[in-house]
Amino acid sequence: MKKLISSQEAMALIKTGDTLMVGGFGLVGAPLTLIYALENAEHATDLTIISNNLGEPNRGLGKILRAGRVKKAIGSFFTSNPDVIEYFQKGLLETQLLPQGTLSEAIRAGGAGIGGFYTKSSAGTLLSENKEVREIDGELYVLEKPLHANVALIRAFRADSLGNLTYYKSTRNFNPMMATAADIVIAEVDELVETGDLNPEEIITPHVYVDYVVRSEIKLGGARVG
Amino acid sequence: MLAKDSTSHKIAQRAAQEIKPGDFVNLGVGIPTLVADYFQNDANTVFLQTENGQLGVGPSPMPGTEDLYLVNASKLPVTEMIGASYFSSADSFGMIRGGHIGVAILGVLQVNRLGQIANWAVPGKAIMGVGGAMDLLVGAKKIIVTTTHMTKDGKPKIVDQCSYPLSGTRKVDLIITDYATFSVDEEGLILEELASEVTLEQVEKNTDAPFRQSATLKIRSLD
Repeated sequence: MKKLISSQEAMALIKTGDTLMVGGFGLVGAPLTLIYALENAEHATDLTIISNNLGEPNRGLGKILRAGRVKKAIGSFFTSNPDVIEYFQKGLLETQLLPQGTLSEAIRAGGAGIGGFYTKSSAGTLLSENKEVREIDGELYVLEKPLHANVALIRAFRADSLGNLTYYKSTRNFNPMMATAADIVIAEVDELVETGDLNPEEIITPHVYVDYVVRSEIKLGGARVG
Repeated sequence: MLAKDSTSHKIAQRAAQEIKPGDFVNLGVGIPTLVADYFQNDANTVFLQTENGQLGVGPSPMPGTEDLYLVNASKLPVTEMIGASYFSSADSFGMIRGGHIGVAILGVLQVNRLGQIANWAVPGKAIMGVGGAMDLLVGAKKIIVTTTHMTKDGKPKIVDQCSYPLSGTRKVDLIITDYATFSVDEEGLILEELASEVTLEQVEKNTDAPFRQSATLKIRSLD
């Protein structure tokens, strides 16, 4: 399988100053094997991370934050990691907060060649300050710009040899959009199958989006396998 | 977990009366989550949506059968109802903003005299989370607020002007507290129902916003 690489090889694709997209809703659907490798990839600092949350204290992306290597976090809900508040208040971290629907749509737009979109979410609130607000058919909408990344670290369930991906239950969340919105897309998967073994109807992320596949070695709950 | 007879459960039980067969419902964090325990769904005709990407959320799993990769937006383990489906966050919020979810039940920090809500940020603290609160508020066809009438410090949560940042400009449709139920029209709040254990005077004393009284004011029944 030509796209299959190790998590260490994957880390060589990440540079200092990169913007990373990292899938997951909390730790569910987060590529934990890649995040674990990122923790050890000390060459990559000054990172901007686009992810719904920034892990939990010293778990998931919370590890990279504690290592002092995150410059900026773009997400919708950092409250689950008190470290984020502490780092922000000490001036060690920039944050950009977006409504969750805006975050997911901005990533989708970034991958779909859309230069921005108007949404009702956040109109008339603190989160739309300094953004263009336009009245469309009598309602206020906020202009939101697309999001792009240098590298996306995503989590899927099965990959075939081409890199077509399927997902499992609640782990899908932000992963399919992130697969479309980065220059390099690395998918951590539970199972590898031959091309042709996946029903074309069940493929959610076609392989055109996927550059590399890494075998998952860390399951939710922290158990390390393999 | 809260005791079955607690205030939160009574509010949830009342909110469940608003859910009808055929409804598509999103339940927020806190008291709204408890609503799932109180509506009848034996015929599988109420469809719960969770914004992390599932329609047809089933009841909590039996202990020992939890799937760590099947959770609701509160990150609690859930199950699949027959006919359930999964989708991405972008599709999920398209479903929400696009008006396809009939009822959203939300918790709040404050509600103002117009029925606008604050449920995402606390003044003076770093603003670090919004999640799906603003998307649900603009998108769901009907918004029901479930909240205790008073804060833990004994202050009214229904106020003239919110001192907390608003979640949007949209007015909610129904406010259900442990004291009373209010509907909302263009001019503001209308008292529709009193809980059996409180008086009109108690509601007036503990509500910091003006309200009108419905011509058909009822006493709440949880039967």
